[in-house]
Amino acid sequence: MTSHSPLWEVFVRARRGLSHTHVGSLHAPDAELALRNARDLYTRRQEGVSIWVVPAGTITASSPDEKDAFFDPAADKVYRHPTFYDVPDGVAHL
Amino acid sequence: MYGNDFSAPNGAPDETPGGLLGEVEAAEAELRAAAARGRRGGPAPDEDLAAYFAEVVDAEQKIEPRDWMPDAYRRTLIRQIAQHAHSEIIGMQPEGNWISRAPSLKRKAILLAKVQDEAGHGLYLYAAAETLGISRDELVQLLLDGRQKYSSIFNYPTLSWADVGAIGWLVDGAAIVNQVPLCRCSYGPYARAMIRVCKEESFHQRQGYEILHTLAHGTPAQHAMAQDAVDRWWYPSLAMFGPPDGDSTHSAQSMAWKIKRFSNDDLRQRFVDMCVQQAEILGLRIPDADLRWNDERQAYDYTQPDYDELMRVISGDGPCNRERIANRRAAHADGAWVREAAVAYAAKRAGQKETVTA
Repeated sequence: MTSHSPLWEVFVRARRGLSHTHVGSLHAPDAELALRNARDLYTRRQEGVSIWVVPAGTITASSPDEKDAFFDPAADKVYRHPTFYDVPDGVAHL
Repeated sequence: MYGNDFSAPNGAPDETPGGLLGEVEAAEAELRAAAARGRRGGPAPDEDLAAYFAEVVDAEQKIEPRDWMPDAYRRTLIRQIAQHAHSEIIGMQPEGNWISRAPSLKRKAILLAKVQDEAGHGLYLYAAAETLGISRDELVQLLLDGRQKYSSIFNYPTLSWADVGAIGWLVDGAAIVNQVPLCRCSYGPYARAMIRVCKEESFHQRQGYEILHTLAHGTPAQHAMAQDAVDRWWYPSLAMFGPPDGDSTHSAQSMAWKIKRFSNDDLRQRFVDMCVQQAEILGLRIPDADLRWNDERQAYDYTQPDYDELMRVISGDGPCNRERIANRRAAHADGAWVREAAVAYAAKRAGQKETVTA
C-alpha cells in the first residue's frame, strides 16, 4: 500500500506571527490528502492555524557526518558578532 | 507500554511539581535546554564512532536520524517503538467495542475522540520508527504476521461499560507512568513523539476516572459494576510494567543507552503508590488483601501480578489474542480498496497535470 503512498513531512504554524515548525510525518497518496491527514493527525486540539506538507523525498539534508566540514567556514569569523568589538567607555547608542 | 523509564535529575520523581503532566513539561524544557547547550560537531574523520555516540548520549544530547548509532541501538529502538505503535493500534479495539453502546451522547463523543487519539498515537510512533530506516509496510506486516508483539493488556475483554472507565484510570494510568520517562529518551524523534502522546494521555486517564467515579457514586448495581471492572483490570495493569527486574532481558543495555531510565519494578511501585489514594476517593477497593503502607520503605507493599500469566498472554494465549489480530487483519484487508483507490486517483490527477503542461 504505502509503497505507492509516499512520505510527507508536516510543518505547522501554531499561531499567527510564528514560523512553521516541523511536527512529524505521515503517508498519503497526494498533497491534498496529506493536508487533510495532517489536519486530523497533528491539529486535533487546535495546535495550528496553517499547515505545510512537503514530500519527504524532495528534501535535501546536510548530513551530521559532514557537520564540521560543512559548517566550518562560519567557525573562524567571530568578527561577525557585535561582542567582538571593544566599545570605548561612554559611547551611547552603539 | 514497552519502554519504561522515569527521569528525575533533581530528586525523586514525586517531587516534581505538577505531577506527571509537570514532568512532561519538564522533559520538554530539558529537551530545549539540551539543544541550547549546543553540542560538539560531528566526529573527526579518524574518531571512534562508538565513543562519539557514547559522548553525545552521556551529555544528555539527542541522537537524530542521520547520526551514526550502534546497530543494536537501532534494532532496540525499532522493536520498542514499533511495539509501542502496535499497542496503540490494537488498543483501539477494547474500547471501540463500547462506542456504539456508550450510555450517553456525551460519553460516546468523548470515547470516539479518545479512540481517535489512540490511532493518532500509533501514527506518531510509526513515523518515529520509520526515521530509523524501516518502512511502514514492513511494520504493519510484522504486526499482522505476529512477528512483533503489542502490550499484553489489550488481550483482555471489555465486559461492561465500567471497563471503559477502568481502562482509562488503570491502563492509561500505567501507560503514562511508563511513558513519561520516555519523553527523555536519547532518540530525538521518539522523545518528541512521546511528549505529544503524554500530553494527550492525561485526558484519557481523567475521563476514565470520571466514569468510575460516577458509577461508584451511583446505584448499588453501578457501584458493583465499577468494582468488578477494577477487580479484573488491576493485576493485568500491574503486569504492563513487564517482568520483575531480575528477569527483564533488555533493561540494562536500554538504561545505559538512556532509552529507558527506571526499572520495571520502580515504575510498578510508583504506579501502586499513586493508585491507592485515587481508589479511596473513588470509593472502590483495590483487590489486594496484602496492600499496606510500609513505613520503612515509604511505599506500599503489594501483591505481584501473575508473571506466568503475563508470559502466556504475550506469547499468544490470552483471552482475546486471536480476536484482536483477526480484527486487525480484516480491517487492513477491508481497507485495501480505499488505499488503492486513493493511489489510483492521485496517479490519474498527476497524469492530467502532465497532459496540461505538455
